[in-house]
Order: sequence, then C-alpha cells, then structure tokens
Amino acid sequence: MSGNYLDRRSLTADVLGRREGALVVPGLGSPTWDCFAAGGSDDYLYSWGGMGLALPTALGVAIARPARRVMCLTGDGELMMGLGSLSVVGAQAPGNLSVLVLDNEHFGETGRQPGLAGTTDLCAMAMAAGFRRSMLVTAMDQVPALCSMLFEEAGPVLAVAKIALSKDELTLPEKDGAIIARRFQEAAARA
Amino acid sequence: MSVHNWSKDVFDAVKARGISTVATIPDGGLTDFLLMCGGDAETRVVTLTTEEEGIGIAAGLWLGGQRGMIAMQSSGVGNCINALGLPAALRSPCLMLVTMRGQWGEFNPWQVPMGQATQSVLEAVGVKCFPVDQAEDVGETFGAAADMAFFGGFACAVLVSQRVIGAKGFGR
Repeated sequence: MSGNYLDRRSLTADVLGRREGALVVPGLGSPTWDCFAAGGSDDYLYSWGGMGLALPTALGVAIARPARRVMCLTGDGELMMGLGSLSVVGAQAPGNLSVLVLDNEHFGETGRQPGLAGTTDLCAMAMAAGFRRSMLVTAMDQVPALCSMLFEEAGPVLAVAKIALSKDELTLPEKDGAIIARRFQEAAARA
Repeated sequence: MSVHNWSKDVFDAVKARGISTVATIPDGGLTDFLLMCGGDAETRVVTLTTEEEGIGIAAGLWLGGQRGMIAMQSSGVGNCINALGLPAALRSPCLMLVTMRGQWGEFNPWQVPMGQATQSVLEAVGVKCFPVDQAEDVGETFGAAADMAFFGGFACAVLVSQRVIGAKGFGR
C-alpha cells in the first residue's frame, strides 16, 4: 500500500465525535473495537460475528426508526461479503441510512491477507445500486464534509475511507449479545 | 393438493401480530402470500439478493422496535446458516416461513440434497422447526411459531411441505 492512508482510530474518533446522536451498527472485529476505543456508547451495536450482516442489520434499524440517523461502520471485507445488500438498500432507499467503509484493502483481523477492495470501486458500486451519493475519503481535512454527508444528507449515502493497515490496541467491549441488544434497543427508543 | 387457502391464514396471522416487514427471496409456493403482502399498504416487502440478509434485517427491525419475518424457499435456508448466529447471540426473534422443495414428489434431483437437509441444518444451529403437511394447519402453526419467536426471543421456522403447496412439475 502506498499513498495517503488514514489512521483508522483518529478517523473513527473524529467521525463518532460528530455523529449527533446517530445510532451506529459496526461490523464485526476492528470497527467494533474502534467504536469502543472512541469512548463506547449504548448507541453502538457491538458485533463479534455474523460477517456480511452489518448493512442488512443497519437497514432493519433504519426502517424501524425512521426519525433516527443510522450509520453502518464496517470494513471492506465485511461489506464485500454481503455486496448484494447495496442493492437491497438502494431499492428500499432509507433516507436515514449512511455507510462508512473503513477500507484497508486487507483482511486485517485474520493475518493481513490482501482483500479485493484494491481492485473494486465500492463507491461506484453503491451508486450503481441506487445510493444517492458516495464519497472517497483520503485526507483528514475531508472529515467535516464526510460527516455532513453521513449525518445530515438524505440517504442512503456511502463513503469509503482509505485507511492504513495498522496494528491498534485491542479494546474489547461487551461480548454478551443479549446485553448489547438490550442497551441498543433502549438507546434506539430514545427520541 | 388441498384448496384450503393457507396463504391467507398466514397473512392474517402476520397482520394480527403486527409484523410490518416481510423480507424475501420469492418461491412459487409463496406467490399468493407475497401478493397479499405487496397489496397491503402497511406491509413492507423487502426483496433480498440472498436470504441471509433477511436474518440481519429482522434483527435490526427488532432492535428498532418493529417486527419482521423472512419468507424463502428451502434452498435459501442453506444461505442462512452462519447468519443465524446473529439472532442466537442477540437472543432476538427470527421468524422464517419456508416453502419446501426436494421433498414430497420432487422431480428435480438438484433440489433434493438441500430439501432433505433443511430441518436438520436449521436444528443444528438452534432454530426451532415447525413442519406442516396439511394446508389447514399452516396458519395456526405459523401463529404458534411467531408467538414463540417474538415472546421468547427464539429463531423459529415454519416448514411448509410440498404436499401442501404442490410439487412443481414443469408440465411433465
């Protein structure tokens, strides 16, 4: 990898700090650790499994809670395991759903094997599936525009942030799904 | 093949329980039920690209305070197995309406392996199975499965036999 790759923890902390009450559905593994490292919240549906399901799960929440902003925060490999979900979201067209892909073009969690996002344009795929707008993020000074799209613009919108393949401190949140779900349900029910 | 309208019974049970979203990959046996859902202004039909997406959507709906279900052919059950770990972990309801292939009078050998394995693999990942082979029993069974799912936080699958829906023949 070369060029301008962002630090995932700096980016996620910045974005989550500007989310203005949005509910967050992170993908399993690193995006979940990122959420907890950024301070943790009952608004985050921490995930320890179910690869490929972050976006469909976020879609369900977005349908059920149309007055709340919902962001799916996931990795390139996680999204690509369920690429068809882009078409499902495009067809349902939830105005309150946004997606931020943390794209290091690798399977970082399992030994840093190369993935497929280096040769697949996920922004273009989202647009082809009916998303309203997409954005490629390669610099931290794009964060205000990124957050404006993720949290204010009519969805569905998708951003791909090119991040460095890093080894970050493991910050592990609650693992009991029933507890995570109950906390998230209560957070989602708040106006 | 029975003339009893089991699809209407299931649709009535869906409405009575406030299930507002039906996620699906269609099957011939689901045609009438999906027509009723699509014709109802209060029921959202979410067309999927693969059935496992429906497992995530149903969990998300429940987390947000709504009820959903997934309707699919038995071949789609195979696509859902890893995904079924999600409702198991969250202890969230997961209600599946499955119309069977590869079972009663199947003419297509390609359908038989997954059809024969459907109940076993669902039970292997902890899904409670409710097989039905009489049209008159489908609605009541679906309601019982739905109540177990939504009140108990279980994954429940109603398996509607080819004996009920009629084996596909392609005019053979």
